[in-house]
Formats: sequence, C-alpha cells, structure tokens
Amino acid sequence: MAHATRGGSMVIIFLTFFAALALTIVPLPEWMVDFRPEWLALVLIYWCMALPSRIGILTAFSLGLCLDVLKGGVMGQHALALIIVTFLTLKVYQQIRAYPMWQQALSIMGLIILYQVLVMWINGIIGIQSSSWNYWLPAISSTLLWPWLYLILRDIRRHFGIR
Amino acid sequence: MTSDHRFQYLKEIRAIVSVIVYPVQYIVNFPVSAGKWAGDSFSSRESLMAEVSTLKTQQLLYDVRLQKLAALESENMRLRRLLDSSSKVGERVLIAELLAVDMEPFSSQIVINKGSSHNIYPGQPLLDAHGIMGQIASVEPLTSTATLITDPNHAIPVAVNRNGLRTILIGTGSSEQLDIPYFPNNADIQVGDLLVSSGLGGRFPQGYPVATITDIKIDPGLPFARVSAKPAAKLQLSREVLLVWPNKPETETSGGQN
Repeated sequence: MAHATRGGSMVIIFLTFFAALALTIVPLPEWMVDFRPEWLALVLIYWCMALPSRIGILTAFSLGLCLDVLKGGVMGQHALALIIVTFLTLKVYQQIRAYPMWQQALSIMGLIILYQVLVMWINGIIGIQSSSWNYWLPAISSTLLWPWLYLILRDIRRHFGIR
Repeated sequence: MTSDHRFQYLKEIRAIVSVIVYPVQYIVNFPVSAGKWAGDSFSSRESLMAEVSTLKTQQLLYDVRLQKLAALESENMRLRRLLDSSSKVGERVLIAELLAVDMEPFSSQIVINKGSSHNIYPGQPLLDAHGIMGQIASVEPLTSTATLITDPNHAIPVAVNRNGLRTILIGTGSSEQLDIPYFPNNADIQVGDLLVSSGLGGRFPQGYPVATITDIKIDPGLPFARVSAKPAAKLQLSREVLLVWPNKPETETSGGQN
C-alpha cells in the first residue's frame, strides 16, 4: 500500500475529525440522545495515541473551539476539557498502547469521565443545571464503542499508511 | 471563558469559528433538506391538487377573519388614541428554518439558518405558527442560536388572557412544561387559561400566545401557588420559525410603569 504524503494524511485525519463533529450534532431519537458517545474526544484520543508527534494540544484547542460553537457552549469550555484530556493522553499513551483492549477501554473511560467532569464543572459555574445520572451515560457508551472505533481508525490509518 | 460568559469580547472569534464549522452543520442538515426536496419534487399531481384546495379553503377562512380583524384593529387604534397611548401594529417578520442539529443536552437551544446578514439581532423574539418559541441568543454570519422559552435560564413576562393578570413564566428544561413561581394562592386563575406575552420587558411583542395553564397546586403553607403551563408553540415539531422585529413602544422613556 502507498504511504500517504504528509499533506494527504492530514486530509484523512481532518476528515475523521469532521465526521466526529458531525456525529456529535446529528439529531438522534429521544431515547438515544442520552447515550450519544463523546465522538470528538474518542477520535482525538486515538490520534494522540497513534501520532503523538503530530496531534497534540493545538489540535485539541482548535477542535474544542469548533465544538463550543457547534454545541452552543461557552467559548473555551470544551477546548479546555479536550486540552487536559489530550495532555494526559500524551503523558500515558505508551502504556495505554500496550494494554489489552478491555483495559484500554477502561482507561479511555477514565479519560472520558474526566472530560465530562470538566465540562459539567464549567456548566455548573455558568448556571446550567445537569443534576441527572443520565449525564454520565456517554462515558459508558464511549467505553463500549472504543474497541470498534479503535479498530476502524487503525484500519484507516494502515490503509492510507499514515504515520 | 469568563470573557465570553461575562463580557462580549469573543463575539468576533465565535463568528469566525461558526463560519468554519458551518459545513458540519450543513452536512448534518443535508439529509433532512434533501428528503424535503425529494418529497417536494416527487409528490403526485393529485396530492398537490388536494393540498392546493385545502390551502385555498383555509385562505378563504382567514380572509374572512382578517376582514373582521381590520375593523377591530382600527377600532382598537381609535380607542387607544382616546386613551392617549398609541401602539403600532404590523411588525416586520422574516421566515427562517431550523437546522436539524443537536445542541448541549441540558440547555434548550436551537440553530436557525439566518444570521447577521439578515439583520438579526440578539434578543430578537422567535415565533412559530402557534406562539412564542424563544429569543435569539447569539448571532453569527450565517446562522444564529436561539434560546427557547423552556430553557431553565429563560423567563418571559406574560399576562393571563382572560383577566390581564401579569406574571412571569420560567422554563424548566423540559420541552412540555413551564413554571409560574409567583402566583398568589388567591389569584384568579384556572386550568386552561391562555397566557399571552405582556410586552412589559420590552423584548417580546405584546399579545402573542405563550402557554396554557395545565396544573395548579395550592398548598396553604406556601406563599405562592405552584402553577405549571404547557408552551403553545410546538417547540419540538416546528421546522419553520418566524423572526419578528417588534415596534419599540413610543413611551419607552417615560419609565416602565404600567
């Protein structure tokens, strides 16, 4: 298989982020809304683990700003949460990469919960109440989704020879 | 974050980012608009004819009602002139469409496909065919975000249509329920009463339906009755919304006393 050029691989990575953003705002049936996984955080964590030299804090910041505008949050809310999650991922990616899949998924759960805590914390400061247990369902759905997302993104990465 | 929440410094940045992410919103909305387009293009002649005839009947009914309204309007103006308080009728409106995108789950917001290029301004009232839906929260070049009346941080001044009793309606976060926290226990209010906007805040135009009262619980131990209402607007179903430019009341400078 041909190795993509640097620019070409950036386009592929950008497209996965684009898809993640679209999936974040796509309308779902009422009963599924609470289970919507944190698509952008998952995809970002994957690329951080796969290409830690290229995807980092700056990517997290700009994607976070896009998510803020799309979801109508305060500017910087998701950006801050994604930056902290990315930072932690960059610190521990070598361990997470070596884990078996289920253990990897559990580590991702930890990161997603941290992400949600940060978002909820800022929501609380500006006065948006979310005192329902449903708020934590995305952490579970994200964990269940992680192995599949990981395989799909790895196949994409290998197919296009992104490194 | 503080500079966005407390002040308006980041408005330009938000506007720029919103243009960058517009393709995402467009793509997500595309199946809906494409489905609508396909439905429009492939509907049969019979169904179109049927639709036209229903619309014609409706138009006739409305025309008849409108004749009466014109007379009532002029009578109302005459009476108001007698009372020395003029109020103009006939606001400017613009039809916008919702973008089918989901927002933050715990705040009731929607995105519409008209932005600052259409002179939309923050705080502008938003209606559908059945009543007031909410107001514009932020305006970007191509889209704008609106807060619905059901948002927990939103309150709207209303009056009971039957007797003019004024109160404030507050959102609960659920799309089917609004709260009226400040009705005295002995207030004259019944289940089924229509609440219309009172226009007192100077933000919403006067006299549009907002909600109907669904439940009244009177607890003698509490100073206020617990009253809930159901929004008149179809907040979950409307796809087309109306943006209104209300006429500013001419007596605005003479204090907000009514």
